[in-house]
Amino acid sequence: MALDQSFVGRSYPPTDPYEVGREKIREFAEAVGDDNPVYTDPEAAKALGYADVIAPPTFVFSITFKAAGQVVQDPQLGLDYSRVVHGDQKFAYVRPVRAGDRLTVTSTIEAVKSMAGNDILDIRGEVHDETGEHVVTAWTKLVARAAEPAQTDGEA
Amino acid sequence: MTTKIAYDDVEVGAELPARSFPVNRAALVRYAGASGDFNPIHWNEKFAKEVGLPDVIAHGMFTMAEAIRVVTDWTGDPGALVDYGVRFTRPVVVPNDDRGAVIEVTGKVAAKLDDNTVRVDLTVTSGGQKVLGMSRAVVRLA
Repeated sequence: MALDQSFVGRSYPPTDPYEVGREKIREFAEAVGDDNPVYTDPEAAKALGYADVIAPPTFVFSITFKAAGQVVQDPQLGLDYSRVVHGDQKFAYVRPVRAGDRLTVTSTIEAVKSMAGNDILDIRGEVHDETGEHVVTAWTKLVARAAEPAQTDGEA
Repeated sequence: MTTKIAYDDVEVGAELPARSFPVNRAALVRYAGASGDFNPIHWNEKFAKEVGLPDVIAHGMFTMAEAIRVVTDWTGDPGALVDYGVRFTRPVVVPNDDRGAVIEVTGKVAAKLDDNTVRVDLTVTSGGQKVLGMSRAVVRLA
């Protein structure tokens, strides 16, 4: 089922703040096997000019994707989440995420398309810190694959 | 921001040090916990096969996180990254054996841009197949 084009441009309310913790950054850096000390050692971060440890570049996706849940679970939009795969991902950074940030995300539907029965949804997440400073923008393309054709060889 | 690479020293076509990143089932479970993405296609073989996948596959965002290390290790400062985007073209299949899979990443300076930035194009493969497309980063150099 094609998604409703009138959702293009719709924005959702900013999320409650997500507080970025040093240990959460450490956990993420270890999970991707990245031992750059700027992720775990505040002194190493200061040596590069940061007030505290910074997060690996893709860390913020966990926050923006959770925020995008407002969109994908919007019953009015009617996306079949069980068929969704991640198509593209892009980030534009104003500055790195760092420990102590309290981040809010505002999600906007940038595009809604249907191609060969697939529903394609582009969501932009604008991430701001507690002072209102823009930190990063994340673009996520989700593709809901076409449903299997209905069985037509039954007795009906 | 303090990168160890100077813009003036970099030429278009320069290759970044290539890297190989092994990934096994334990790494995927750990990444699921750290990222909060518990989709069973990344840890449950039975579920993955039921939805038509050949086996458990790595999180696309795990592969994206590994690929950019070629750039952040090159510059030394991950905060120098300006833009980073990828297309997920093919899954990284991770068998339940001693070896798992390997993500191979190469990078090349594709263009010198304004404000001491360069565009790096990444080539990301696993098992000889390209797994990310349009994989590009813009990074600010010293």
